[in-house]
Amino acid sequence: MKLIYEKSQAGRRASAIPRHEGLPAPEVPAELRRAEPPRLPEVPEFELVRHFTELSTRNFGVDTGFYPLGSCTMKYNPRINERLVGLPGFAQLHPHQEEDGAQGALELEWRLEQILAEVTGLDAVSLQPAAGSQGELTGLMLVRAYFEDRGESAQRRKVVIPDTAHGTNPASVTMSGYELTHVQTDARGNIDVEDLRAKVDEHTAALMLTNPSTLGLFDENIEELERIFHGAGALMYYDGANLNAVCGISRPGDMGFDIVHINLHKTFSQPHGGGGPGGGPVAVRGMLEPFLPVPAVIKRGDGSFGLDFDRPRSIGKVRGFTGPFGVFVRAYAYMRMYGPRLREMSEAAVLNANYVLARLKGVYELPYDRLCMHEFVLSARDMKRDHGATALDVAKRLMDYGFHPPTIYFPLVVPEALMIEPTETETKETLDAFCEAMLAIAREAAASPELLKEAPHHRPVRRLDEVRAARNPVVKYAFEQHPAAEPARPVAAEAPKGP
Amino acid sequence: MTHPFLALTDSDLEEMLRTVGVTSVDELFRDIPAAMRLGRSLELEPALSEHELSAHMAELAARNVDTTRELSFLGAGIYDHYVPAVVDTVLQRGEFLTAYTPYQPEMSQGVLQSIFEYQTAICELTGMDVSNASGYDGETVTADACFIAKHATGKTKIVVTEATNPQVRQVVKTYAPGFGLEIVELPHRNGTTDPDELRRAAEGAAAVIFQQPNFFGCLEPAPDLAAAANEAAALPIAHVDPLSLGVLEAPGRYGCAIALGEGQAAGNVPSYGGPHYGFLAARQEFIRRMPGRIVGETVDAAGERGYVLTLQTREQHIRREKATSNITTNQTLLALGGLVYLTWLGPQGIRELGETCLSLAAYAQQRLQEVAGLERVFAERATFKEFAVRVGRNARDVIRDARARGVHPGYALGRDYEGMDDVLLVAVTEKRTPLEIDRLAAVLAEVAR
Repeated sequence: MKLIYEKSQAGRRASAIPRHEGLPAPEVPAELRRAEPPRLPEVPEFELVRHFTELSTRNFGVDTGFYPLGSCTMKYNPRINERLVGLPGFAQLHPHQEEDGAQGALELEWRLEQILAEVTGLDAVSLQPAAGSQGELTGLMLVRAYFEDRGESAQRRKVVIPDTAHGTNPASVTMSGYELTHVQTDARGNIDVEDLRAKVDEHTAALMLTNPSTLGLFDENIEELERIFHGAGALMYYDGANLNAVCGISRPGDMGFDIVHINLHKTFSQPHGGGGPGGGPVAVRGMLEPFLPVPAVIKRGDGSFGLDFDRPRSIGKVRGFTGPFGVFVRAYAYMRMYGPRLREMSEAAVLNANYVLARLKGVYELPYDRLCMHEFVLSARDMKRDHGATALDVAKRLMDYGFHPPTIYFPLVVPEALMIEPTETETKETLDAFCEAMLAIAREAAASPELLKEAPHHRPVRRLDEVRAARNPVVKYAFEQHPAAEPARPVAAEAPKGP
Repeated sequence: MTHPFLALTDSDLEEMLRTVGVTSVDELFRDIPAAMRLGRSLELEPALSEHELSAHMAELAARNVDTTRELSFLGAGIYDHYVPAVVDTVLQRGEFLTAYTPYQPEMSQGVLQSIFEYQTAICELTGMDVSNASGYDGETVTADACFIAKHATGKTKIVVTEATNPQVRQVVKTYAPGFGLEIVELPHRNGTTDPDELRRAAEGAAAVIFQQPNFFGCLEPAPDLAAAANEAAALPIAHVDPLSLGVLEAPGRYGCAIALGEGQAAGNVPSYGGPHYGFLAARQEFIRRMPGRIVGETVDAAGERGYVLTLQTREQHIRREKATSNITTNQTLLALGGLVYLTWLGPQGIRELGETCLSLAAYAQQRLQEVAGLERVFAERATFKEFAVRVGRNARDVIRDARARGVHPGYALGRDYEGMDDVLLVAVTEKRTPLEIDRLAAVLAEVAR
């Protein structure tokens, strides 16, 4: 398909800009004036719409079909949220509006904080972080501020992370200036407590843990972990990426965690937009509240809402304004449509995952044979050994059956990992169809593995050469020097699903 | 009773539990120690139907005074530019809206190609060689650039001009301790930055950050600032308004190492501060130090052109603690809005938009002086779409009184700068009309001084 720049013709345009007679001439000092115009596309409005519509048909979202991408919680995103976020009172509200002109927005933020505090079992919330990884970074800044306040920051330099952690955890540790301590996973998929005991001491600042873990398993030793860390005077950080498993069932605060980030774009239905936006609020125990980012959203004695910038012990600001407000509108709306029934959401997510697991575990290797939470990890190690087909090949072949693949090669502790998270918003029929496809692929791997290795066969493109892209990066259109697009081909009426 | 977002029937439940080999849903949670179970219902208000929710949300929205209910000259980083209908049309396509990060390129050519097109647009606007797929906002991409500069130069001092957006400076300062950076703020001289002072401050620094147009709306001598930073061997980083780049020179053309900024003005609604997108572009030599996603062109097994996430060995999911950043979720959908908007504008549209802003802002300066007798602060400096005026008494009181007359006249600079309590920052976008500007002048004639 052509790039928008390849459809451009000088002299065409989609916009009309207001021009006014009798105003002062537009003047820019000569030394600051733009010499060459930017080569933006020149297309009429209808070509613009057609181009991006065609692009959208070459993309797959939750609205298109089943998307069991592990640790990403690709659930249905309610359409009402899109209507609500477009209300002028939300969409056209300037963030520097005076408080008395933003009471609805501030109340929404305050209410969302109350709900998140109840769901996490903690005392105070800041909505400011822009995404999960920024929530992590904010959390580690809070850890540092807390220990600085106690005069222990020079001593406590280490953050403990299990080997199942998301890559963001160690990256956040580096960005916050801490040192990493790795701990291993035991044979049941829990943190190896003996390994841990030897590594936690007066130099430890915090633990970062995802629970349930990226293996989809609830750590059975969580009470012991809490004793070890708090016993050493360290703090406990909860990566909320997997919160969809436990809403209304078990709260991070009750598990002993002091700081939690919540991924509003996973658990609470902010659509992921092909990569973002997200929202990564942090919830904390009361002793950490003074350090939260400014401004804080407050409810005053007279019932009005406001922004408090006067927090002398605050870490500062991690993002502009109070955070990604449109994300808050959607998350708040979503949680109000559930209320206390959020528990049913998590129960259905966990049941769906266990059902798919039960149907697949005889055929695919299951490294940790336990009941799972909202997701689970299979291994294609046997398949690779016996038939030469890898987790990557299974993923690509699933596309031919009309499903988005699971997360692959993660967590790192499982070779040839296939990490499957069905979420709660799927019918049993869809889950069954996915299981049938996975089982069929396992048979294909034995009978004709080239079907997998050459997949996908029925997508707009065949398997793409990622090595070539990285070796000689072409990261923008080169205009006259750019290789021409492929010649036009007949379009298949509809991609067949499966063999 | 089922829920609109759930699907389990009684017979589904029975069959699924039997397949799993348990007798109740509760049993699925047996790994959670009893002491750590909530053991009660969440104390939340009861579930609302869609209709009830809509009424509640409409009531909240009605208690905000947005730019459709009040004539607004507020800017200070977020601007009331027109967002055309085609942006909503594209962004509401479910295939874009409800997709994850394009880890599987064969499922994601739409989003990958659009990011490639976005990267091209940002490089064209800024005159840079490489753009990432977006950062969170104009604040955090500036902090990202400091991290690039530290690792590219091995130095730890960052100079940022005082005329740079206060929130940008505050975010950079919040990130600094973790990055191991020392932040030095360089005062302005009568509204802009002095190149000689900047050269001296930049000695031994990794980078110098300045904003064009700056937070006061003044045009910095940006080519001279970039040259001064380069002379001191510090990387010049320009924080720019994307919609100024139809009329103002691209940072890449005057020697900047990195150009970045807040993308909201180009294709996103104000939305009380987010979500928007931050853009970050750099010269070729920094490509392997860039944070976040980058899309590259390649071919498929049949030799056809296609797009993939590339240079992923920079990123956290591969490199973990050695990654160039921890970022994973970014602002792709908002950046797509930016691409659609910039495509809608085209090269003529972005120049005309800049010219209309320039003319309207110049007209506003005239009228505020003639009608309201208000003098510009830093009057000898050139401006783009925003400028500062002295209103003779506390600007926050002036804002309150003007709003009582249906006009939000701007931003109170005294919130961030000492000695500027009586200074108002007025933004004029292409959405404003000469008549609306006359109304601003008339209202300020009543409430200022």
